[in-house]
Amino acid sequence: MLRFVVRRLLQLVPILLGLSVLLFAWLRALPGGPAQAALGERATPEAIARYNELFGLDQPIWVQYLRFLGRAVQLDFGSSARTGRPVTTEFLERMPGTVELTLFAMVFAIGVGIPLGYLAARRHGSWLDSSAVIGSLLGVAIPVFFLAYLLRLLFAVELGWLPGSGRQEVRIDATHITNFYVLDGLLTREWDAAWDAFLHLVLPGIALGTIPLAIIVRITRAAVLDVVNEDYVRTANAKGLSADTVRRRHVIRNALLPVSTTIGLQTGLLLSGAVLTETVFAFGGVGSAIYDAIFARDFAVLQGFVLMLAVVYVLVNLLVDISYGLLDPRVRVR
Amino acid sequence: MTAMGDVRRQRIDELAARAGQVPEGEGGVSLVKSAFRRLRRNPVAILGAVIVLVFLFVAAFAPWLAPRDPLAQTLLGEVRPGSIPGPQEGFPLGVDQLGRDLLSRLVYGSRQSLLIGVVSTVLGAVVGMALGVLAGAFGGRVDTVVMRFVDIILSIPSLLMAISISVLLGQNQYALMIAIAVTQVPVFARLLRGSMLAQRESDYVLAARALGVKRGRIVFGHVLPNSLSPVIVQGTLSLATAIIEAAALSFLGLGDPDIARPEWGAMLSTAQDFLSIRPGLAVWPAVCIIVVALGFTLLGESLREALDPKFRR
Repeated sequence: MLRFVVRRLLQLVPILLGLSVLLFAWLRALPGGPAQAALGERATPEAIARYNELFGLDQPIWVQYLRFLGRAVQLDFGSSARTGRPVTTEFLERMPGTVELTLFAMVFAIGVGIPLGYLAARRHGSWLDSSAVIGSLLGVAIPVFFLAYLLRLLFAVELGWLPGSGRQEVRIDATHITNFYVLDGLLTREWDAAWDAFLHLVLPGIALGTIPLAIIVRITRAAVLDVVNEDYVRTANAKGLSADTVRRRHVIRNALLPVSTTIGLQTGLLLSGAVLTETVFAFGGVGSAIYDAIFARDFAVLQGFVLMLAVVYVLVNLLVDISYGLLDPRVRVR
Repeated sequence: MTAMGDVRRQRIDELAARAGQVPEGEGGVSLVKSAFRRLRRNPVAILGAVIVLVFLFVAAFAPWLAPRDPLAQTLLGEVRPGSIPGPQEGFPLGVDQLGRDLLSRLVYGSRQSLLIGVVSTVLGAVVGMALGVLAGAFGGRVDTVVMRFVDIILSIPSLLMAISISVLLGQNQYALMIAIAVTQVPVFARLLRGSMLAQRESDYVLAARALGVKRGRIVFGHVLPNSLSPVIVQGTLSLATAIIEAAALSFLGLGDPDIARPEWGAMLSTAQDFLSIRPGLAVWPAVCIIVVALGFTLLGESLREALDPKFRR
């Protein structure tokens, strides 16, 4: 098992190196180059020349790349052109919000998706099955930001049941230790602050969770249908195990194998891709920061965030692979 | 004795008569033919195909189908802050915030949306397939290099990738198409490579090699045609994602800024500002996107079933 993990870790090295080359080239290829990217669109030629000298941009390209790599390893991506604060600081401040949102969305998707997919397969061909299939097709086809707007309009603006923007009411004077607002509220025993932060997760969480929900329903349903026809299930039934035991120990366990991969991959995607949902709900996570950076043409932030999110994504995928190795011993051998 | 001989002769005659024809079931029919036959019998596939064909028809004949000029601000005089004219005589779906006929804009919008979807998918598929063939045909070091490259692209989540490329190339429809195409490349490359590797081990390739057929002919004459079916399925499904992704990029302000080309994604994102005044402005483009995406998905999923030898009966 250890060898499997080490081998997968080593495979990351070329990918991360390639990623850094790609993003280095990206910043270089931008109109105006990195100096303009860092100083903004209205920078004077003198300022650009000074910047180029200061950061060694008059050096050969491979020297520049090595410098960039050296700084990237230390998580130094320069400062935001908009706020003037270090990119990494902004990232670390905003990531907890995205993590909370992703967790909520995934708990929602898993909690609804697995039982629904299982029931749909058990009642194969029933109206429940058909509506689960149709619903899962619709869930993938609907543009996320449109769904987010609909949810916000209905439950926040019209009905006023749930908050429709931000991460917490401004009037609540909450203490923030970790920037995970719900966790902060629990740690400081400010129950109302924690509850308020939680309520702020509901609508964006549901909007964000629909695509994983749709995929989980489909995969669970297909996996259960597959497993039910396996020889070992017939054997288990034939040797007189109770229907309940067969279901729990043979069907569900094996059916959840492909589902677990999907869950992992989707979690990685959500952590990095909540740009649309966060923007609609003005949720202060990394996603809305990327939206702001696009609008302000804040390239330092874009580069740093994309690189750090890609690393998060790759690491989550690695964890998925490893956990799959734990769940299914056959994978380790290969 | 004679009776027995008669029976045997009869059987052989029957067999001979049948030899030229297609036997019962579908054994002996080419995969494409039998897949097409199964598609025709599958209501889901027909629904998907009808949806896709209807929208292709609308896109092709937009100038004749649209009741009005999609750019004419006919009812601009009746648009007021907080009120946009709804459906009325001559404007079945009402007008947008600039007084333009919504139905005509939807009809013309199908052109741009489908064009973006098709061009970006074809572009992504062609580049991805070229990489996949390279990796799958040569194997060894070429395979490693190509697949490492694909893995690097795959390590950036697709929306972030598309955003980065759009920012780099500026805002125009070509940038949009290229941005979406790049996110599609890795999927096609991996798929074709995997499918070609599986085919390379098969007996007919061994037979061709033993007969001294050149590598180029084995790859393009035997392996590639037999590896294409997952790519075709993925292509159909990718059309759906490409159209949805184009809408997402429009929403993020990275779409095509040319107002002379109405596009569903752009219409949907501008309409968000008027959602509480006239929801129809957002709902109709959204419905178009959803239905088209659904059509391609249904078609793709039934193609997958039809082309899967497991389902051949």
